[in-house]
Amino acid sequence: MIDTIFHVVLVLAMPPLLLGVIGKTKAAFAGRVGAPFLQPYYDMGRLMKKGIVLSDSTTWIFRAGPVVTLAATLFAALLVPLGKHPAPISFEGDMILFAYLFALGRFFTTTAALDTASSFEGMGAAREVSFSCLAEPTLFFALITLTRLSGTMSLTPMLQHVTLPVWMGTGASLILLLAGLFVVLLAENCRIPFDDPNTHLELTMIHEVMVLDHSGPYFCCVLYGAALKLYLLGALFVNIALPFASGNAYLDWVVFAAGMLLLAVAIGVVESVMARLRLIRVPQLLVAALILTAFSLVLVVR
Amino acid sequence: MLFFDMMRDPAILVLCSIALAGCSGLPGLVLRDGTLGQRLASVAALTSSLLALPSLLYLLIGGGEASFLLNWNLPFGPCEVALDPLSLFFLIPIFLIFPAGSLYALGYWPAASHSSQRSVTFFYGLLACAMALVVVSRNGALFVMAWEIMALSGYFLLVAEHREGEVRGAGTVYLVASHLGGAALLVLFASLFMITGSFGFPAAGSLAVGAGLAATLFWLVLAGFGSKAGIMPLHLWLPSAHANAPSHVSALLSGVMLKIGIYGILRVISFFTERPLWWGGVLTVAGLGSAVMGICVASAQKDIKRLLAYSSIENLGIISAGIGMFLLGDGTGNQRLAFLGLAGALFHVLNHVIFKPLLFFCAGSVMHATGTRDLDRMGGLARRLPYTAFFTLCGAVAICGLPPFNGFASEMLLYLGFFGEARAGQPFVALGAPVLALVGGVAVISFVKLYGIAFLGEPRTAAAAEAHEATGTMLAPIALLACLALTGGLFPQLFLALVQPAMRVLAPGLARAAVLPIAPVWFALAGVSVICLAAILYLFLKAKTGGSAVSAPTWGCGYLRPSPRIQYTGSSFGAFFSSLSGSLIRTRITVGQVAGLTPAAVRLSYHPEETLLHRVVLPVLNVLGIGCAFVRRLQHGEVQIYILYIFVTLMLLLLWVH
Repeated sequence: MIDTIFHVVLVLAMPPLLLGVIGKTKAAFAGRVGAPFLQPYYDMGRLMKKGIVLSDSTTWIFRAGPVVTLAATLFAALLVPLGKHPAPISFEGDMILFAYLFALGRFFTTTAALDTASSFEGMGAAREVSFSCLAEPTLFFALITLTRLSGTMSLTPMLQHVTLPVWMGTGASLILLLAGLFVVLLAENCRIPFDDPNTHLELTMIHEVMVLDHSGPYFCCVLYGAALKLYLLGALFVNIALPFASGNAYLDWVVFAAGMLLLAVAIGVVESVMARLRLIRVPQLLVAALILTAFSLVLVVR
Repeated sequence: MLFFDMMRDPAILVLCSIALAGCSGLPGLVLRDGTLGQRLASVAALTSSLLALPSLLYLLIGGGEASFLLNWNLPFGPCEVALDPLSLFFLIPIFLIFPAGSLYALGYWPAASHSSQRSVTFFYGLLACAMALVVVSRNGALFVMAWEIMALSGYFLLVAEHREGEVRGAGTVYLVASHLGGAALLVLFASLFMITGSFGFPAAGSLAVGAGLAATLFWLVLAGFGSKAGIMPLHLWLPSAHANAPSHVSALLSGVMLKIGIYGILRVISFFTERPLWWGGVLTVAGLGSAVMGICVASAQKDIKRLLAYSSIENLGIISAGIGMFLLGDGTGNQRLAFLGLAGALFHVLNHVIFKPLLFFCAGSVMHATGTRDLDRMGGLARRLPYTAFFTLCGAVAICGLPPFNGFASEMLLYLGFFGEARAGQPFVALGAPVLALVGGVAVISFVKLYGIAFLGEPRTAAAAEAHEATGTMLAPIALLACLALTGGLFPQLFLALVQPAMRVLAPGLARAAVLPIAPVWFALAGVSVICLAAILYLFLKAKTGGSAVSAPTWGCGYLRPSPRIQYTGSSFGAFFSSLSGSLIRTRITVGQVAGLTPAAVRLSYHPEETLLHRVVLPVLNVLGIGCAFVRRLQHGEVQIYILYIFVTLMLLLLWVH
């Protein structure tokens, strides 16, 4: 019970902090002080208090977009374990539901974008669906490798199986898998080099351009949902990358939270040292990630 | 008295409903009042299905079987007609979609505005009856006869608007393809006759043949039934046929007739005592290949019904892959794989029967309202057709295999099958999972496009701006199917209860021995939680912003003169993915030349091509046509000489026999 409460609190409260850490890291690289760590919380709080502007072209789909996406992501949050603590909901095949809940969110985000009749948002929606259908198989290759390693088909035992001895045995494969997952993590969460979350009006954008017309509490939902998605995919990554268990339950929560913050710093570093890719290079990088995870499977199978 | 006793037998009720379905269009042919004839046909269709569906479910769940012997004086021996679980299972789609389409046609294809209504109504009933006969017949000759009636009534339905050249072209391709498939079936049943000495079907699991003969039979099955089911590369007839038929006919063709091909494959497979392992490999690879190619080509379409047709190729590919998985599991003694493959395939059959007709009906309503099939000429229909828009959304989410709808539940079973193999000694079967994931991703492209471009945004043409909502008789079947789609997603055990008895025919013992690795309650829990969470969030946000919402034009990013023409179109939405998938999807771009100092308006248009048909098959057929020109002289329209041909052929055959 106490585990479930911790899980829910962490999942609800921590995601915007990652954005704050990423922002601070980037500021440090640029030699600036940067916004406070809690800036994303202030932003979201302010958005919640604002009114909204609805485009004349839109229907109820436009408002359903952020709502369904956030609802699906929130349910997905119950399926992924955090660190060495099992997820509140776990059953055979839950990782497929996990992946498909994100797809459900994507369906509604992109239809909401098309609802505005804006050419920019249509463009963003087309790019979003096109890229994610290359990212999806990568995630599934990674899940197959993990299924092969752990012999289970549920996220909690699958991820908790990855311990230090397993790393000793199949480290090469896990490194390839992590590389692929990291690329998917960046691509799915609109980070550089795929997309720039800070530019709001450029033709090379994907995710940000889809939400141009959302405002007020609905935009807050969009931002929070995006942060939560980053958190969940990040948790998947950290669970594999951090195979340590301290033995103490509370210390394990701290270790996990520290791991997530480290991941945020890593993303910030990547964003600081890289430029955004040209759009036509994005699919190539995604396919490269796909092949990396496929190799990781080959290494496990032999 | 005898009559009442007979009527108490559900099996006889089913046979009577089949006959009633076949006769449903007859009054319309003789009555002067076309509207009355059509109404009578709908009443007959509804009655037949109200009689048949409860009886079917009773027999299927109760484990009842029945067989009837028709002692005909025909040279191929007594005909058997039987209802076993597999037949009963495949009768459900017929008696679900046939009355739904019949009701839908009252508003969509009324006598008042369509002179072809009488023949369409007649052949519509005949098609349903012929499909049911195919499913219940247990005699090769009867099977082929029913198959031909099915194929031909499909042709006459498809060419309802035969004044348009495109429709006639589609009809010809359909006719050629279905007869090539039919020829393969003739050879198949003739070979079975050679082996067993009778046209009657061998009992399940009773046919033991050598490897060479089994291979021949398998390829014949694939050619004959696979072409009907639209497995690539035998799908050539399918897109244009589905696009050009009236929408309620497309629903029946795509929702049900393709499944008859699947039925054929399963029925013939059930004959064999031992099924070679490579059959499973071929079906899995062909199925996954069809699924990927079908959905990739669908993502490039801008014709709403062509898109749906290509997505049928994808779904039938998924079903074939499931059957292949079953054969692989069956061949290697892997019960889990066999169970998940077959259960997933049959479950997906039911699901596709629900959401594809739903989408075809919705596409029909859209065409009815706007007068075009071109997505790029629609837009903003969600305001004018709110109910159609809502149900299309349900169908689109379901067909993408997303929770909480039924498509997710069946794909989940297949995923579990593929994933489970990652732990086995031969983990290459697990590679099916990423392929399915890719298919799911591209399906999202296709259906976000279909829904977003047609229903959302601003109307692109005047016709779209003045569109009107469909009538009640059109919406009722759509609403029913949408409810079924949601039910299947939340309570998959209801659908699996229908699937389990049918599995017993193919793999006795499997349905009892293997258990579902996932408790169905998780589907209900996940679906209901997501729906409730979304509802709570929606109400919360609505309460928070209800009074303060300001209405304004869409932000044009600084551009001050927006027009509906700057919206993303269906072509542009799919173009980015098409550019990634290279030569698989070819688009012909026609663009005028800009000339002179004051050039006139120039138009640019995109036409997605059927690469295989236009680049490979048609050139080959053209060469063949030139080669066969001399044969054409035999056809000159003089009937007496045709009779002479028949006489001479008969004499030669008699001489040969003696």
